[in-house]
Amino acid sequence: MAAPTIKIALIGNPNTGKTSVFNQLTGLNQQVGNYPGITVERKQGSVKLPGNIKGTVIDLPGTYSLNASSIDENVVIELLLNRNDKDFPDVAVVVTDVENLKRNLLLFTQIKDLEIPTILVVNMADRMDRKGISLDIPYLEEHLNTKIALVSSRKGIGIDALKKLILDYKNLSTEPCLNASSIDPEYFNKLRNAFPNQLLYKLWLVITQDVNFGALERNEIQNSSFTKTKSELKRLQQKETIKRYQFINDVLKSGLTVDSSKAKDLRAKLDRLLTHKVFGYIIFFCILMLIFQSIFAWSAIPMDFIDESFTKLSSWASKSLPPGKLTELIANGIVPGIGGVVIFIPQIAFLFLFISLLEESGYMSRVVFLMDKIMKRFGLSGKSIVPLISGTACAIPAIMAARNIENWRERLITILVTPFTTCSARLPVYTILISLIIPNRMALGFFNLQGLTLMLLYLLGFGGAILSAYLLNKILKTRYKSFFVAEMPNYKMPLFKNVAINVIEKTKAFVFGAGKIILALSIIIWFLGSHGPGDNFKNAEAYITQQPQYMNLSQDEIDNEVAAYQLENSYIGIIGQTIEPVIRPLGYDWKIGIAIVSSFAAREVFVGTLATIYNIGSSSDDEATIKQRMDAEINPVTGDKVFNFATGVSLLLFYAFAMQCISTLAITKKETNSWKWPLIQLFGMSTFAYIVSLVAYQLLK
Amino acid sequence: MKTSLAGLKKGQKAIITDFNIDAIPLKLLEMGCLPGNVVELLQIAPLGDPIYINVNDSHVAIRMETAEEIDVEIITDTI
Repeated sequence: MAAPTIKIALIGNPNTGKTSVFNQLTGLNQQVGNYPGITVERKQGSVKLPGNIKGTVIDLPGTYSLNASSIDENVVIELLLNRNDKDFPDVAVVVTDVENLKRNLLLFTQIKDLEIPTILVVNMADRMDRKGISLDIPYLEEHLNTKIALVSSRKGIGIDALKKLILDYKNLSTEPCLNASSIDPEYFNKLRNAFPNQLLYKLWLVITQDVNFGALERNEIQNSSFTKTKSELKRLQQKETIKRYQFINDVLKSGLTVDSSKAKDLRAKLDRLLTHKVFGYIIFFCILMLIFQSIFAWSAIPMDFIDESFTKLSSWASKSLPPGKLTELIANGIVPGIGGVVIFIPQIAFLFLFISLLEESGYMSRVVFLMDKIMKRFGLSGKSIVPLISGTACAIPAIMAARNIENWRERLITILVTPFTTCSARLPVYTILISLIIPNRMALGFFNLQGLTLMLLYLLGFGGAILSAYLLNKILKTRYKSFFVAEMPNYKMPLFKNVAINVIEKTKAFVFGAGKIILALSIIIWFLGSHGPGDNFKNAEAYITQQPQYMNLSQDEIDNEVAAYQLENSYIGIIGQTIEPVIRPLGYDWKIGIAIVSSFAAREVFVGTLATIYNIGSSSDDEATIKQRMDAEINPVTGDKVFNFATGVSLLLFYAFAMQCISTLAITKKETNSWKWPLIQLFGMSTFAYIVSLVAYQLLK
Repeated sequence: MKTSLAGLKKGQKAIITDFNIDAIPLKLLEMGCLPGNVVELLQIAPLGDPIYINVNDSHVAIRMETAEEIDVEIITDTI
């Protein structure tokens, strides 16, 4: 019989190196998912303990205490209070930072009160010498009723000793460190008498928290004589905190000595520089430029390669496989669909490389400090600046980057407004439209009008994001009052292993999460564009070759005519024609309608679709040809140019604001764990785009 | 000298005397922002808000609106 698996929960304050300990224990044997129904990341891994015993490690979200102030922290309490949870740990491993031992022990004493076998990991032990810290381990073990593992997760020291302690968890004391009920003996006695079978501290947590707690009904407690006002409860929590610190201070007085003469602090110097009113912003700006450069320019190289490879694979498949429906599906639906997912990987990897470096080094907290006041006004966090700027490359990695915002409400607003920023997929659409309607002239002697328009569109994107954040901030209700308390962790050299695992995990999360939806939707769009009802679609080739005006055309030209005719009669073509009454007030004809519908898969498809409709062949990437053809297009009713100034401006505005990207919707679904928010994005943004374009066209025509 | 935490100058140290418990996040108390503890103002953000303090060896940034609710007694002045 196989030995049972030991269930281990890793708990600790943020910035204690908890994730490094997790990575050291589990290596790459990790699964990252979400807790059911909420967006909190759930990290689990397996560890091999001595004697071939297996363990499962859950890396619980970082928390400062068992008093939850966010959904992340709620996860910790809900698990630790529910002994029937399948993940309820056999042993809790509390990770602490040797430099912040006093504060970190607060959480430790709370967990001890739950009478769960607990190991204390004192991490970053390699810094002790440098900081002049020494610990009396036997003394601390005795007074904290625990076993201590001195660990340096960065250097991999002490991990084996920790594994041995885990294996031996049955011998750990489950005695609490202190008697929290002495803060109000009368009240706690009443509680004890009313619920004799429950752990007293657990009752206290249930009373003070908003957590689900199966066996014990909250109402039962609240409706009884134990009711206290919120303010009274908070005063008791304060008393409890003071009592815990008294205990911790007493223990550390003998257990911890700091020779402060040895402590040389780099932190103060770096802080002065990085939060300086001039240099602080310059450095941040340079880092943003570097990130921008990497996702815009450097990732273009692998992206071009991926694009080419998938195009080749697609044409190879259509040539080599036996002709038929299945081959068409593979060559034109599945392969480009997968390509459409893979193409995002370089940008995601680059962005998360930088973000992990910034997080790991401790710099991100300084950015929050620098930017908080500006972003606060719009209901955003200082950290929202990274997603908003990254959005200029692509909204997909940008929305994923919002994960680093702890406050759920600020994170949600950031996710919802990020797609307004001008992403690189809008550029081909912008370039061609601008070159059609804006004269290539200088204004005021040195401003190129076309360049100016492009810049205006970028500003419009940021404006849209900020404005909608402001509105959402007014509309959205939140369960938690938003307080701003941001720890400023010490600076650290980023660990390669942590950064690498983070980049891999984020990329995997994208490919297997949003990737599935993107693939499915792009196959649907391909199907709608390449199939049609009735005979018109099927007999396109016969029809075209019979028309007298096409008699003298070359085979290539005939192919183009056939493709255009097919697109017109495909499902997408029919949708485009059906929506014409709706889009005519915006100045668009049904051909533009088709391009708008098909570019729903990705904005840049707009140009290619128009190329197909105008019979110049979608393979022709020659922008000049497309432009000429678009310029020559005449509205049969009015005799005007189709792409006149009013229509052009209307289209530019439409593409600036409309939610024309299924990949973004897919990632929003993935990140918010609900279809509600992507649907709000879709209808909110597209309605706004429609109204703005309508007004613009009606004013300008 | 008595003032609120928001009234400290950069580099000044003070002892926390009292605070309006209903306006202070519990998280801040748990980080050691409690009466009797020493607090040092390390940095003020370039736009005047938030501020960056060291209390009980916790380095935290809080907004001015929170700092105003914390009463302190200044103990040292650095030049």
